[in-house]
Amino acid sequence: MSINALIVDDSSVMRKIIERLLRQAGVDLKGVYEAGNGVEGLAVLKDNKVDLILCDINMPVMNGLEFIKQLPELENGKGVPVVMVTTEGSESHVVQALSCGAKGYIRKPFTPEQVKENVLTLLAGKI
Amino acid sequence: MKSANEVLAPRNSHQNWGPLMELAAKEVFELMLGAQLKAVKDEPASPFDITAMVGLAGQLCGVLTLRCSRETAARMASKMLGTQPPTDSQDVKDAFGEVGNMIAGNFKNKISGMADGCMLSVPTVITGTDYSVHSLADADGVELRQMFDGCPFLITLQIHS
Repeated sequence: MSINALIVDDSSVMRKIIERLLRQAGVDLKGVYEAGNGVEGLAVLKDNKVDLILCDINMPVMNGLEFIKQLPELENGKGVPVVMVTTEGSESHVVQALSCGAKGYIRKPFTPEQVKENVLTLLAGKI
Repeated sequence: MKSANEVLAPRNSHQNWGPLMELAAKEVFELMLGAQLKAVKDEPASPFDITAMVGLAGQLCGVLTLRCSRETAARMASKMLGTQPPTDSQDVKDAFGEVGNMIAGNFKNKISGMADGCMLSVPTVITGTDYSVHSLADADGVELRQMFDGCPFLITLQIHS
């Protein structure tokens, strides 16, 4: 089954890397939406349905934790699995992200296997 | 969340942070660029004309700076993206800033209590050589000269205690 993904990261290079790793992991991407911060991510979801979100934490304008807190308020944001991809690696950041609704957590720098494992596990539960 | 290579060091031992910074950089280059780093002592032959800066605030205050030539930064971007060296200078600056961001994040995660107690700024990238940096650093910092893919670059951490 092909899916739509939203990648939210203020680094365009990191967004490209994540998209490449999703494809390498065997994820059949129908569409990939990109956003440079949480506000842009919410704007994407107003008009588009996605099956998976990968999201940084430290971003200008609106950070990743604020972004995922607001997802349930959007029709297209409810129930979408979110994987955080971030340099923030402390236990408290992980706990905070999970309590805000994230289903996975990948710390930068990461291996392709970490991306594959996190994403495929989530998608296996959803699709 | 700890990586297999994580080493937690006391937060008050600045003089021991060099090896941690080296390990943090090594992990970033190995995992994200598929490249090995080698420590060098020599001054670079070509000028360093691109600089990435990431601010640290909280229990550790300071600035992490990454400097090299634009050709080296383009090579880093190429390795990260898995493509030929990008012609888009925005991609080069973005990738270079992200390398600095990941080194700073990986470094602070290796110091006990710092992962939570220290925030990172978004990276700033400066091109050109005609500038001076005047930081408020007042403690011994860290300076590492490294070689990536045959190209030298410099990592410094200036600390404001």
